Amino acid sequence: MSFAISMLVFLGIASIIGTILKQNEPYENYIIKFGQFWFVFFEKIGLYDVYQSIWFLTILLFLVISTTLCVTKNSPIIFKDFLLFKDSLEEKSLLSFTHHLVLKNRKKVSLSRVIDYLKQEKFKVREKSKDNGDILIVAKKGDFQRLGYIFTHVGVVVICLGGLLDGNLFFKAQELLGYKKIETLDIPASKVLEVSRLRITNPSFRANMTLAEGSSDNVAFVRKKDGYLVQDLPFKITLKDFRIEHYSTGMPKSFESDLIISDPELSQDIATTITVNHPFTYKGISIYQSDFQDGGTNLDVKLWNLLNSSGSQKINAKIFEKIKLDKDQLTYEFNDFRKFNILNLKEGVKEKPRNVGPSVTYKIRNNSGQAREYISYQLAMLIDDRPFFISGMRETPQEEFKYLKIPADKNGSIAEFISFKEALQNKILIEMVAKKMTNRSVKSDNNSSVKQSFEDSVNKIMTLFVEGGFSNIAQNIDNNIPTNEKEKAVQAYLKIIDIASIELYKNYFNLSDKEIDQSAIRFIQESLNAYSDMFLFGSPYYFELTNYEQKEASGLQLTKSPGQFWVYLGSLSLVLGIFSMIYLHERKLWLLIKAKGGAIIAVSSNRKNIDFELDYRKVSQAIKKIIQ
Amino acid sequence: MFTKLFKASKTSFVILNVLYLSLLLGGALYALKTFSSYMDIYEKAILLSSVGFFSWLGWNWNHFKKIIILVFALSLFAIQLYSGVLTNNEQVFLLKYLLSSQSAIMWMNVFFVLALVLYWLGLLAKNKLLDDIASSFTSIAILFGFTGLLVRWYESYLIGLDIGHIPISNLYEVFILFCLITSLLYLFYEEKFNTKKLGAFVLIVINAAVGFILWYTFDRHADGVQPLVPALQSYWMKIHVPANFIGYGAFSIAAMVSIAYLLSAKKILASYLPKLAVLDDLIYKSIAIGFIFFTVATILGAIWAAEAWGGYWSWDPKETWALIVWLNYAAWLHYRIVKGLRGTVLAWWALIGLIITTFAFLGVNMFLSGLHSYGEL
Repeated sequence: MSFAISMLVFLGIASIIGTILKQNEPYENYIIKFGQFWFVFFEKIGLYDVYQSIWFLTILLFLVISTTLCVTKNSPIIFKDFLLFKDSLEEKSLLSFTHHLVLKNRKKVSLSRVIDYLKQEKFKVREKSKDNGDILIVAKKGDFQRLGYIFTHVGVVVICLGGLLDGNLFFKAQELLGYKKIETLDIPASKVLEVSRLRITNPSFRANMTLAEGSSDNVAFVRKKDGYLVQDLPFKITLKDFRIEHYSTGMPKSFESDLIISDPELSQDIATTITVNHPFTYKGISIYQSDFQDGGTNLDVKLWNLLNSSGSQKINAKIFEKIKLDKDQLTYEFNDFRKFNILNLKEGVKEKPRNVGPSVTYKIRNNSGQAREYISYQLAMLIDDRPFFISGMRETPQEEFKYLKIPADKNGSIAEFISFKEALQNKILIEMVAKKMTNRSVKSDNNSSVKQSFEDSVNKIMTLFVEGGFSNIAQNIDNNIPTNEKEKAVQAYLKIIDIASIELYKNYFNLSDKEIDQSAIRFIQESLNAYSDMFLFGSPYYFELTNYEQKEASGLQLTKSPGQFWVYLGSLSLVLGIFSMIYLHERKLWLLIKAKGGAIIAVSSNRKNIDFELDYRKVSQAIKKIIQ
Repeated sequence: MFTKLFKASKTSFVILNVLYLSLLLGGALYALKTFSSYMDIYEKAILLSSVGFFSWLGWNWNHFKKIIILVFALSLFAIQLYSGVLTNNEQVFLLKYLLSSQSAIMWMNVFFVLALVLYWLGLLAKNKLLDDIASSFTSIAILFGFTGLLVRWYESYLIGLDIGHIPISNLYEVFILFCLITSLLYLFYEEKFNTKKLGAFVLIVINAAVGFILWYTFDRHADGVQPLVPALQSYWMKIHVPANFIGYGAFSIAAMVSIAYLLSAKKILASYLPKLAVLDDLIYKSIAIGFIFFTVATILGAIWAAEAWGGYWSWDPKETWALIVWLNYAAWLHYRIVKGLRGTVLAWWALIGLIITTFAFLGVNMFLSGLHSYGEL
């Protein structure tokens, strides 16, 4: 018994490990977390899949065995006790009960009244006349409480066995014996070798399947450790349509997949719709709506040149496909498209998150194989009430995205920023602006050297900015200006950039002074910030999603769990058992009526608590009243 | 006095039962008739079995029956005041300050706080009147709390027909449920064991929950109705969640009474509190009832998981911690029932049990991530 309890404690502790360390993550994550040495060690002791590890299953098995032994040992005793009325007790043993009462009755005892009373109190009663003329009444009730012990323990055993049936013991054994091997390469299912395939006859599994709209398949994947196994299915599933409905807040409301199940054994296909909480079961295999992803959305994209050149190019892309731009030796890998993005833009402000429209995630890989990850949102978002086009970039998946915010113009497009950017990159325009500024700022006509040097510095500062943004300016100041004048220089430089840019903007778009209002000035400043951030963006292009044709894919989970029935049955037994152990009170009562006069009441219970005391008092007093 | 009001003669007992049963049946039949097309067969079954469950509770516990009748009356009155217009919660005086769900829940909070103070005063002054008032205040808090939840249920449908759902789906709502179930269970024991001295302890854990509700309301502004994510859209929620919280509530009471036990065993406040044997019995009884409901809730959770996540057991952190909680109390009961252990060890153990339970309830949401992350802090 205490062995079982210590097993349970051990099981509890082992379970805690599994909740603290995230289970079944990709192995790279563990390597990053623990380093190579500990990674291997923890892998060996099965910490990444605690609940399926050999030692965990062994404990479970031990628990089952020891509980079974316990039950088989105690059940006969309990059953015997259940059926037995102990009518062999003598006066002496009744007197040794902790709860007994000796009565001295004068009148003749009415046995039937006592028995009626006991029956009314739900006792089962047996009467026995002894050789010496004494009469012994044996009564008991609540003896199902004892059976509760059996129900509880059998329940636990059945649950564990059911669980083991659905666990992967069978596969574990096959793997240990070398019959099966986990596939770790990313290859099409049809090319996976027999050794990594699970047959249709596999009694229990939990597998996943991703179907794009319009496609079908008859295999699913079982994720295992750092790889997978292919599970063959006895039927083919086709995804006709996948739908997501949203609440007005943008939160998802329902996921639905219209499926067609084609079984060669059937003359007609089965059409069904599954949703979360409403799976479909066929041939013992339940099909669940588990998640969704992109199914190869078609994208129309415009890539705007950002650095040192102008214009744009159009590409037609598709999610999960790659496009190589030969000119730059860059490869675009399109990973995901999302039609809805629910974001909370005002950080720290209590505002409801809302839908900001479609986004595309992609990677740009250079010639040497290094890649950066990007996310681009199609629509302008309001940040502090100003509209921006947002693109994020990160070097590794562990980082947060860093965002490039390009201001949207009055028409809600990127056009004005692109024009302004091209104006900035136009040397002739910059020189013209520098000249204009000089003429306006330096009034005296005769001092041409001052004029020239002013014009030169405007040109120089603007060129620095155009070629490398604010960081280039900062670097230049750091290198060339003495420390005590740095601050002054920064302010002067920024002022010149501001004024020159406004001038440039005015000239380029042919605007009057009046038209340069507060909002125009803000637009220019936002454009300058965006321009400067371009140099940190790591991509020579701005990615504009002009159109898309969405295609979704539904993530299905397929399970076959023959143990489920046993787990439920065991649970029922467990509940019944616990209930009877706690709420049924076993009481045994003996009443010895002596031929010579006098009587003894003795009451016992396998549990002596307050309730028992109360019951004892009540019953013994009632009988006393009847007898005396 | 509120309790005086509850003292009833025999004829009024009959009247009360008839009224109670007709309210339950009438309400259920009206709902079945009017909203039949919105309910699936399981929801109808749940509705009808809840009539049975509440009848049984009311039959065995008169006080509960009275509270439920008043909750019915107040909720119907509030719905009448709303008359289908959500903005009435700002327009109509009685809604704004008394019966809209958020106001009613605030009143619940107020009365729980007052009840705690009065229970302590009553305990220390050995004053029966103060005890009675504290107990009445607890009843009033329950009245407001249940009314608040029912009105919130109605309000959620006013926000949007597709948004409406039973208000036990996020942390704010289940904390209210926790307060109500814990205090109801406590009131039951108060009556059964004929002692009001333990309210001072039990109300501590309820007030901790009240503190959380206040923080959640005023600091996090998380008291609004949120639509349900697809995984939660199931009739199972209506049984799984309340069953779980009966478990949590009972375990909390056991832990609080354990504090009283441990103090009393150390001769602190001993003369103010019931006998140790009574406390010991009460700890056992609450753990026993909590354990049964927790077991059932966990099994129901497994059945739900099999329907929503594709497996009755996924070793999700919440599931695993539920198992740990279960194992802990299973061992506790084992040592008490089979080995006959009693006294301070079990009291300490019940107290530690609450820490484990709290971690399973809150800690998992805060520190561990998994399938069960509905109530994030």
